[in-house]
Amino acid sequence: MLVNRKLILAHFWLAFAVFGVALALGAWQMFIRSPIGTWLSNPELYYRSLTAHGTVMGYVFPTLVAMGFGYAISESALEQRLVGVRWAWAGFWLIVAGSIMAVIPVALGRASVLYTFYPPLIGNVFYYLGVVLVVVGSWIWVALMSVNLRVWRKAHPGAPVPLAMYANVAGSYLWAWTAVGAALELLLQIIPVAAGLKATIDAGLARVFFSWTLHAIVYFWLMPTYIAYYTIVPRAIGGRVYSDSMARISFILFLVVAMPIGMHHTFADPQVGAGFKFIHSAFTALVALPTLLTVFTICASVEIAARLRGGRGLFGWIRALPWDNPMMLALAFSFVMLGFGGAGGLINMSYQLDASIHNTQWITGHFHLIFGGAIVIMYFAIAYDLWPHLTGRELIDLRLIRTQLWLWFVGMIVTTFPWHWVGILGMPRRMAYFDFGDPAIAPQALSVTLSAIGGFILLTSGILFLVILARGMRAPQADAGPYRFALAVHQPATVPIALNTHALWVALMIALTLTNYGYPILTLALTEGTSVPAVYVGAQ
Amino acid sequence: MSARDLFTFSNPHFTRGVGITAAILIVTAIVGFIILPFAQPWVQFANVWDAICSAAGVPQRAATVAAPEQAKRLSAVVLTSNTLSRPSQEAIGRGATLAQRCAICHGPTGISRADSPNLAGQYAAVIYKELHDFRSGARTNAVMSPFAVNLTDQEIADLSLYYAYLPRLPAYHPTPQLPKPNIVIYGAPMRGIAPCGSCHGSLDNKTGSPWLEGQSEAYMKAQLQAFASGDRRNDISQQMRNVARAMTPQEIEQAAAYYASQPPDVVKAVD
Repeated sequence: MLVNRKLILAHFWLAFAVFGVALALGAWQMFIRSPIGTWLSNPELYYRSLTAHGTVMGYVFPTLVAMGFGYAISESALEQRLVGVRWAWAGFWLIVAGSIMAVIPVALGRASVLYTFYPPLIGNVFYYLGVVLVVVGSWIWVALMSVNLRVWRKAHPGAPVPLAMYANVAGSYLWAWTAVGAALELLLQIIPVAAGLKATIDAGLARVFFSWTLHAIVYFWLMPTYIAYYTIVPRAIGGRVYSDSMARISFILFLVVAMPIGMHHTFADPQVGAGFKFIHSAFTALVALPTLLTVFTICASVEIAARLRGGRGLFGWIRALPWDNPMMLALAFSFVMLGFGGAGGLINMSYQLDASIHNTQWITGHFHLIFGGAIVIMYFAIAYDLWPHLTGRELIDLRLIRTQLWLWFVGMIVTTFPWHWVGILGMPRRMAYFDFGDPAIAPQALSVTLSAIGGFILLTSGILFLVILARGMRAPQADAGPYRFALAVHQPATVPIALNTHALWVALMIALTLTNYGYPILTLALTEGTSVPAVYVGAQ
Repeated sequence: MSARDLFTFSNPHFTRGVGITAAILIVTAIVGFIILPFAQPWVQFANVWDAICSAAGVPQRAATVAAPEQAKRLSAVVLTSNTLSRPSQEAIGRGATLAQRCAICHGPTGISRADSPNLAGQYAAVIYKELHDFRSGARTNAVMSPFAVNLTDQEIADLSLYYAYLPRLPAYHPTPQLPKPNIVIYGAPMRGIAPCGSCHGSLDNKTGSPWLEGQSEAYMKAQLQAFASGDRRNDISQQMRNVARAMTPQEIEQAAAYYASQPPDVVKAVD
């Protein structure tokens, strides 16, 4: 029962429009940094573009997708009209206003600080205020998801919350709490300096605050993808979810262990004690658990579909899968990229192994493979699956859709594999220019060129994606029926209270944040003389 | 269903959820704060508490050993992008009076014909820092040091504001504008040299770096050589010494000649 289609479409269109722009910037960056581009002579333009690319891809695009998808889930899984539609529009317009407010200083070159802020570098105050507005807009969504679930519970006392909504609300709570780190950094530290009220900033503390956000935000990006794995893919390929409880356990595990692990981003930082780095490293290893559970459950669910279609044998069933179904294709691509990206992630979280790839191009390759690859390809799949229900029109050209998904997959592999490789060879990240004429890095020119070509394949795929969606707005009208989610093999009649509510897991998430972040933040905040003069972008 | 049913030890999910989480936390804490610190044979801890404090990153006062006496004075000037950012007319006026004694070398309009730096329109923070360094002895010059040694803080600030206030006039340029050498636009990334313009104005300006367009070629060459040899050392963190040491003599000549041939109007405008 999708009533507020305009609201959901607005979120998706804005998300994909800004995604298209940021994708073009990304391809240009790959090109200009590679041996095939002629150097600009001005690194500032490069960092300006990089800031825009990161801010859009990290904050605006995935947040809008999660919000739009969240509203769709709330209406269709709970089968109730969205409560608080006006608030939802207010949140949307806050994000529009915030994005415009942030992009102007970035375009003018007044905020080339990259999306990770990097204090003591300080940009124009409106950039940060814009980011704050985006986050506040998304918090409205968090509140609405919670309210809608509560309204539904009142009407259905004791009934199991549909899996899609349970996971969706878990994702929203994760976002609400993980965004607090960056919000504290912005409100307490950066904005006062950017506004000229202070001239010094504790960069070490700011980095710790940011690590609070920066890792768990990845799992917030991941949530729509995992929801699609569990609740869309099995239905789309004619199967069933292998285990509803396993799915719930995966989502609550993300809630608990995604948060207290961010300090593996600060392994090279001297202001954090080695003991805390170890604890965060150990908890990061635990995050592999919900992903492994998910891979198992989804493979089992897919096998059910294959056997229902007549697949036989130990592995013979794989051939019986509906490979011409875009959802099947997207899932397979997503899993392959998740596998490689996850393996790389295990290296990043290991204290000693990290030392060899910290701050190299390996890291950039890693998060593009996981986020741009495994996660975003499922965003495409979600859009394709929802589009007929939102527009009332059919997406006819499945071949074009498959081509788009193939191009994205091939493009992402061609982009990120050489990227990882040059990282192992020691090429640093965040560099605007490399002198490939120098014999020391001349052998890396080939890998970097390949990577840039991959960037253009991705751009082609991205354009194709937008074309498919735009054509879908003009296709002949067709009733797609109500939007449904996958059923489990054993649909739950009752669910234990712990797996039907979030309170226990949210409490554990907050408790672990306090144990793992409390002391480092307190000591850094209370230690005198740890601030350094701010460096203002473009100041004379 | 209520919170009372959920948060109770009779709920197995609660007991197991909290128990497993707490157990993992305790085990990792013991490993991280006690076992691993003692596993480092090159570090000695007095007791377990000492190891825990070390692993937790408790700020420790450095041993009270007196810092070794520096043979040469170091620059002690602290600059932020707000230093002298709000000039007053009175300060500029006082600076103009004081500047009369500088004119013999730096020119009555702040444009030198004696291979001294052109000061007209230079960033205030730059003049402020150099005068302080000349006064403290962090930078020395047989001609300049005696002028600076008796200046007060107020006089230094006034002079800086006055020269920053003067318009940037084109100096005397007998040579036509030269093409940009690689060292200026690309730097030399493999030797850790950033493009000159990324600090010195044409691309971006970092607080404390002067703009160089139209300055004396002989002066800039001499300064780069002094940085390279370590004779000049008032760059905190050795930014310029590291750059100059890694430059070839030919690059030093190219950079100096290029900047000397440029008119100062290409410098990024002051906000």
